Amino acid sequence: MPKLKVATTSLAGCFGCHMSLLDIDERLFPLLDLIEFDRSPLTDIKHCGPCDIGIVEGGICNAENVHVLREFRANCKTLIAIGACAVTGGLPAQRNHLDLGACLSEVYLTEGGLEHGLIPNDPELPLPLDKVHPLHEVVKVDYFIPGCPPSADAIWKFLTDLIAGRTPKLGHGLIKYD
Amino acid sequence: MTDATFLLDGEEVPFQPGQTVIQAALSAGRYIPHLCYHPEFKPHGSCKVCTVKADGRLVASCTLPAQAGMAVESDSDEVNDLRRTLVQMLFAEGNHFCPSCEKSGNCTLQALGYDLGVMTAGFRHFFPDRPVDASHPDILLDFNRCILCELCVRASCEVDGKCVFALSGRGLTKHLVVNAESGLLADTDVALTDKAMEVCPVGVILKKRVGFAQPIGQRRYDPQPISAQALRDAPRTADGAGKCTACEGKE
Repeated sequence: MPKLKVATTSLAGCFGCHMSLLDIDERLFPLLDLIEFDRSPLTDIKHCGPCDIGIVEGGICNAENVHVLREFRANCKTLIAIGACAVTGGLPAQRNHLDLGACLSEVYLTEGGLEHGLIPNDPELPLPLDKVHPLHEVVKVDYFIPGCPPSADAIWKFLTDLIAGRTPKLGHGLIKYD
Repeated sequence: MTDATFLLDGEEVPFQPGQTVIQAALSAGRYIPHLCYHPEFKPHGSCKVCTVKADGRLVASCTLPAQAGMAVESDSDEVNDLRRTLVQMLFAEGNHFCPSCEKSGNCTLQALGYDLGVMTAGFRHFFPDRPVDASHPDILLDFNRCILCELCVRASCEVDGKCVFALSGRGLTKHLVVNAESGLLADTDVALTDKAMEVCPVGVILKKRVGFAQPIGQRRYDPQPISAQALRDAPRTADGAGKCTACEGKE
């Protein structure tokens, strides 16, 4: 059987979910018999080609996140939102009840010790979105793995179910929102 | 005793006259998912998570009087799908950020989500702006997590005789308010020993400075899912009313 192509990325996330993926430890070896990584922080490939599975960590907080997520959706047969941020917006979305301009002013202009502060405006920097969004508000998402981060056991169970052609089911002790 | 029974998912469940379907089911050791229902208080019938299909009609089992021969469908794909959607809507409507919530692991809403297999809220999140009330020296109110179940309202009025809490507004603007001229909890006669302090199913009413005394991983819904835990907690009195063991343990 040819190996399944898997792409992963972290958008408005902390890479904690990627760390949890690596936390499956020695089970990485049997996993790598079944899959190969395309675009991923693990390979440093910058753009993803056609893939079987896309795993996206983090929510959508800026314009670049939207482009990357759309690239994943366009190339991946199955798209998985992994972790609280991808599923709910998570920690970055805790700014959603605040005004974005007020947030930027507070951090770069009015906070103590910022006499000559400037709000960053380099064209290289992606523009922040007004609100942070979970992935399913931007593209169609096929599967969700909640958790902050989901445990290695939860990720292993989910991926082995999916690769074996079963409907992934976490069950008690593996499904966690925290 | 009475010989009256109804059918719950095809199995006979005995009941006493006056018992609701959920009271009879829990007394008989049969779980029906529920959220705003609490055995010690009058049914509220607002969350609808305990919805069952009784003789072909969808109805909240906490307010439905049991009747002989009734055919009740509870643990079916159709009814569980509806319950899942209700729980998803509750998650989308408030700010339920479990990773930072000290109620995580002890939260009924979260445990229901786990047990029903809710992997995403599915809907567009509201992200409402709901400031907290930290005015009281010993108690924190985090309205972000309120699901409007009225359990604290019922406990404060029916048991404590204080009516510290109430719901105000209608529809989308409905929210929990504190019965004080200032609107602040510090200006009420609420006390740590009040019944209202122990009934919040989510993380709104919190005792300060004890948040993580009980570690994550050793909490109420960690050893077993809510479907099993709820049956352990359920009162076994003949009429289905009375103290639930979960509350007794806390007193």
